[in-house]
Amino acid sequence: MRHIISLLIENEAGGLSRVAGLFSARGYNIESLTVAPTEDSTLSRMTIVTIGSDDVVEQIIKQLNKLIDVIKVLNLSDGDHIEYELMLVKIHVTDKNREVIKHTTDTFSGHIVDTTDISYTIKLTGTTSKLDTFINTIGHSSILETVRTGASGIGRGERTLKV
Amino acid sequence: MKLTGAEITIRCLQAEGVDHIFGYPGGAVLFIYDELCKQNKVKHILVRHEQAAVHAADGYARSSRKTGVALVTSGPGVTNAVTGIATAYMDSIPMVIISGQVPTYAIGLDAFQEVDTVGITRPCVKHNFLVKDITELATTIKKAFYIASTGRPGPVLVDIPKDISQQKTEFSYPDSVFMRSYDPIIKVSLEQVKKAAQLILGAKRPMIYAGGGVILSNASTQLINLVQIMGFPCTNTLMGLGGYPATDKFFVGMLGMHGTYEANMAMQDCDVLIAIGARFDDRVIGNPKHFSNNERKIVHIDIDPSSISKRVKVDVPIIGDISDVLDDLIRLLRIDKEKLDLIALRAWWTQINLWRERDCLKYDRASTIIKPQMVIERLYEITKGDAFITSDVGQHQMWAAQFYKFDKPRRWINSGGLGTMGFGLPAAMGVQFVNPGSTVACVTGEASIQMCIQELSTCKQYNLPLKIINLNNRYMGMVRQWQEFFHGNRYAESYMDALPDFVKLAESYGHVGMKIESPGDIESALREAFKLKNRLVFMDFITDQTENVFPMIPGGKGLSEMILV
Repeated sequence: MRHIISLLIENEAGGLSRVAGLFSARGYNIESLTVAPTEDSTLSRMTIVTIGSDDVVEQIIKQLNKLIDVIKVLNLSDGDHIEYELMLVKIHVTDKNREVIKHTTDTFSGHIVDTTDISYTIKLTGTTSKLDTFINTIGHSSILETVRTGASGIGRGERTLKV
Repeated sequence: MKLTGAEITIRCLQAEGVDHIFGYPGGAVLFIYDELCKQNKVKHILVRHEQAAVHAADGYARSSRKTGVALVTSGPGVTNAVTGIATAYMDSIPMVIISGQVPTYAIGLDAFQEVDTVGITRPCVKHNFLVKDITELATTIKKAFYIASTGRPGPVLVDIPKDISQQKTEFSYPDSVFMRSYDPIIKVSLEQVKKAAQLILGAKRPMIYAGGGVILSNASTQLINLVQIMGFPCTNTLMGLGGYPATDKFFVGMLGMHGTYEANMAMQDCDVLIAIGARFDDRVIGNPKHFSNNERKIVHIDIDPSSISKRVKVDVPIIGDISDVLDDLIRLLRIDKEKLDLIALRAWWTQINLWRERDCLKYDRASTIIKPQMVIERLYEITKGDAFITSDVGQHQMWAAQFYKFDKPRRWINSGGLGTMGFGLPAAMGVQFVNPGSTVACVTGEASIQMCIQELSTCKQYNLPLKIINLNNRYMGMVRQWQEFFHGNRYAESYMDALPDFVKLAESYGHVGMKIESPGDIESALREAFKLKNRLVFMDFITDQTENVFPMIPGGKGLSEMILV
């Protein structure tokens, strides 16, 4: 099962390695991890996407809570939440595929943010599966490179993660 | 007044009431050592290897209720200390390790004796700090002691770069610290305690399984009350020995891989299990699948939520300090005690006593070669069961755990989680420093003792009258036992060749050495050794090479699948 975990951690040196180290030391899986300071610069917020059984995820959350610098942990998958991932993808364009790519980008609500004679760079946000679908639609052969942030998540409505 | 970082470090230790620190000097901690020698409140004990400094601080902490403190230099000082830190971490021992670091401006430049201390120790500490700003030094040390000694205890490391120990700032030691990310005070859920009480009162075949958490929480008195009020059988884990008096009738012995037949069978067959400060680890319940073959309800009391349902699913978890939880639980149980099914409990005891009759710890008492078990039995009698016993790791450790009947907590000092050979002697030093005048013995083997043998020199320097019981079978006994059972008697590299003459070795360090080769001499030799109150005596017992530890649950097997003698 895929779980998306959100946590607040003291914005201090080494915080990321404590979290990443915990996952590798205990054999937990990280699909993606994003981290950045919050509006309060003493705090960092991480979103971790992991795959594991409910038992394993329960342990992951307990172990994360045990880290001294971690302030709060929330399993976003336990309730309603919104998640977005940002992807930049550079595509090789020719006269033949130019229009198709423009059209596909529009369909996926993406934006072309850079162009050359032979390439488009497209910015796309959405769920991880939406981004996967875009790549499959374009086809691997014309993709020059992709860069993805991994998912960031937030609870819906009143569901907040705050100190 | 402005003080240097080194002065601040020492003042912090004084403010924490630290009376002994164990360490070894080096370049990065020279300023700290310079301040150490200018005062006499904090006594520094010079070991001969940093691993021993940490084990000594560990033994100090385990045998008292205090936090152990070690001081090591950067680079190899720290890497040598890592085994000791990991040992303390696995057994949740409160400890603060202060390490020197290369100056802040040299960090990351591959400076002489530089190592990423915070990175290397991260997986084996409760927390660690690198102090980059002298104004944060005092608060950081305060936090270190606070984190180490509260909640589930553990080692905390503070890495101090050399220039920080040299710079100056105003000093004030905070009375308390607040950390928004760490609050070890847990309010016990009375709802959960009520559920537990209900379950316990409905038990027909109850069992109490108590671990090292009882010792760490100083909850022995409460555990004794619980057992005595309910009349339930009680077992201790290796780490929990002494938490419940081993000579009491309700005690069924240690459980686990080398636990007693009755403890393991009762653990497997009980219908309500009360787990207290124990974590169902692989050496205790063996195969969790086999364990769950029998249906039982489990109450699990622990301070660490991550210990709950880690290996075994439990029905009623109670998070909190064991002392607090047991106080509440006992209060509730007393009210409704008459609900207990005494007829069923009597039948359960009849069954347990049948298992006891199996006499699983029997051995050949008529042997003409020294049986290691007999040495421990005589040691128990001669010290009247009142000594502090440290051990190394292997067969001797298991025999000490099986045959020395610990009636008090904090008397049995061993590396249970990490299983660190070399732990026994330096740990015994720490025990002796914090318990001067008490009898301290280290039960060891000829393989383990050589891993920290250099500490005989430390013992001489500080006149530590330890008694070393070396069960010398010329094998890494536990390795040999597994090779005999599971590897077709191929004793690959487990034979200890070219052993030193331990008597001469002890004498060369200025101690007393004794070699005992006949069962008839065990008692008189022990008596003679323990009469030498002011001397370290190294007793080299030449024991049966083929003796094995029984019962034994082979790896991956279940509690009731013991190999018996």
